[in-house]
Amino acid sequence: MELLERFAAGDLEAFEALFRQHQKEVYAWIVRIVRDTGIAEDLTVETFWRIHKYRARFDPNGNFRAWARRIATNAAFDHLRKARRETELPEDLAGPGAADPAVRRETREHIKQAFFHLPPRYRLVATLALIEEEPYNKIAEAVGISAGLVKMRVYRAVRILRKQLNSMGVEAGAR
Amino acid sequence: MNNEENNKEIKELLKQAIAPARHAELRRDLWPRMLRKLEEQPAAMGAVPWFDWALAAVLGAVLVFFPGSIPALLYHL
Repeated sequence: MELLERFAAGDLEAFEALFRQHQKEVYAWIVRIVRDTGIAEDLTVETFWRIHKYRARFDPNGNFRAWARRIATNAAFDHLRKARRETELPEDLAGPGAADPAVRRETREHIKQAFFHLPPRYRLVATLALIEEEPYNKIAEAVGISAGLVKMRVYRAVRILRKQLNSMGVEAGAR
Repeated sequence: MNNEENNKEIKELLKQAIAPARHAELRRDLWPRMLRKLEEQPAAMGAVPWFDWALAAVLGAVLVFFPGSIPALLYHL
């Protein structure tokens, strides 16, 4: 029996093999959305818990990677909704693409503030599209909506951000 | 200014403030935590949320106290 068939049938060893194959990728996807390494670890475990819970719904001929990414996106989105009321901003994920030090600290804080207070469904797609530069069709598949709707949400997120930034005195274009 | 230009401008502004996280890597194996979670909260397929049970109880009570509603319910099924 193939690995995915064994997993769908409830074989724990098959689940462990899939977990070890995909945990890094699932984590990497989640951390792009929530932007906090500790929370991303928790949500990776939560994602695989859901994967295990709903294993019987998985078609062994289907694409496990895409299915896992969809569940991971839902778990991350649930977190964004719950965490929205918290005022603390996520940690800086310093790396090779770290934020521009030339931009004034105050301006950066305003931009972060505006971005992290976007409504979660806009923040989700805006993070993936504008910051992580993921293609619209990949985002659409992960979120479970059409690419057209992703584009629409990005457009709305940009409008909200522009309005917020202009009200904070950050020059963010004409409209 | 069209959508693409709008997006590009905001994208640049965002990238100055928020670093992409595409280089963040998982630094440890999460399998031991996964096993603990499975032991604490078995992911049983048969688990039914409490509100489903509440809905079933309400429906049952309606059928018991108002048996006349059964034909109407069957009609709508």
